[in-house]
Amino acid sequence: MLAKRIIPCLDVKDGQTVKGTNFLNLRHAGDPVELGRAYSEQGADELVFLDITASHEGRKTFAQMVQRVAAEISIPFTVGGGISELADVERLLAAGADKVSVNSSALRRPELIDEIVRHFGSQVCVVAIDARQDETGWTCYLNGGRVSTGRGLFEWAREANDRGAGEILFTSMNHDGVKTGFACEALARLATSLSIPVIASGGAGEMSHFRDAFTLGLADAALAASVFHFGEIGIKELKTYLRKEGTNVRL
Amino acid sequence: MNVAVVKYNAGNIYSVLHALQRLGVDAVLTDDAETLKRADRVIFPGQGEASHAMSYLRERGLDCLIRELKQPVLGICIGQQLMCRHSEEGDVDCLGIFDVPVLRFRPQEAQHKVPHMGWNQLERPAASLFRGFLGGEFVYFVHSFYVPVCPWTVAETQYIESFSAALHRDNFYATQFHPEKSGSVGERILRNFLEL
Repeated sequence: MLAKRIIPCLDVKDGQTVKGTNFLNLRHAGDPVELGRAYSEQGADELVFLDITASHEGRKTFAQMVQRVAAEISIPFTVGGGISELADVERLLAAGADKVSVNSSALRRPELIDEIVRHFGSQVCVVAIDARQDETGWTCYLNGGRVSTGRGLFEWAREANDRGAGEILFTSMNHDGVKTGFACEALARLATSLSIPVIASGGAGEMSHFRDAFTLGLADAALAASVFHFGEIGIKELKTYLRKEGTNVRL
Repeated sequence: MNVAVVKYNAGNIYSVLHALQRLGVDAVLTDDAETLKRADRVIFPGQGEASHAMSYLRERGLDCLIRELKQPVLGICIGQQLMCRHSEEGDVDCLGIFDVPVLRFRPQEAQHKVPHMGWNQLERPAASLFRGFLGGEFVYFVHSFYVPVCPWTVAETQYIESFSAALHRDNFYATQFHPEKSGSVGERILRNFLEL
């Protein structure tokens, strides 16, 4: 049976992880490759590395990091952050990334999805969506949640699906950082209306939240950052718990 | 050991080279006929679209070459599919090493997402590629087309229906999943292949 996936997300700035100082007994928790390897050894199913650098120099450092991850870690990984055109995708895939995630740039110019799919295949293209719920419903945001687009979450996710995206990574801005659980209702609506896998993001605080993302939210994968980085939840312990709760995970 | 990886217009070829490097093997990436024929092991990896890959292979005579190799050959993902008779992807005739068609997944229910993406389990792993395996091991898949269970199936996986996770005939081996991305389980499979 296809396993539900657990995906730690690492924010990388100038070649160093941003969070994660409190992680385990790692001597170099600031080194994304070493942190990624530790997660892989604990049983993470995939890794996501997000480049949050703004400078050109930082981008080069990130590409070098991607090469090291590809050489040293034997599970799939996605890279994102600052991808605005096909040349960025090409550069990161050539460095060894398995998938790229696009967010604001795809909202601004949805044809980017078609281009990635045509050149590299659906499996490479993760469309990340940051959305916030208010009285009128769920709306997509740009630039890490600073700019509203007025586009509805479900409508945009459908379009990304139809343009050939391989996966949707949905972050609820209402839930992100609050640690009260994932946006299960919206997740379930995405999961049942799309033909591609959905990754839940934003809101993990306890192990039961992951279970709910899978059982109530019908997500195919769940992504989290701080609960893993600060050692609040261990990946092995989380997967043992999920297996006991009846969720199929890779142990 | 002299390992050659077939160079063609498919993606994700470097991850195989990296995985071999982690096992201490420096493989050569090549489309040179002599180098491929002389290698102790040949790996035919990749990710891509079947009809484009086939026309690339034909233009360079690699289709005949791969079919006639005598040493152990391992096809991975699209490599496995190209070793079959025909693919529904692009409606194209393939190498025909395994006389079985490649079909598109047809979802039966809402939870059947295509591509089949993620970690799934091996059932009834047989053949020397899976020496030491008991069944139930997780490996990493990413694909929208599959090889049905056939006389050359040496491991099955369940998704929508049972399909061929791996094939074996004579010196030809193939896996639908990516051993190079399947953690320590994948490393064991690659090592088994190198030790055949």
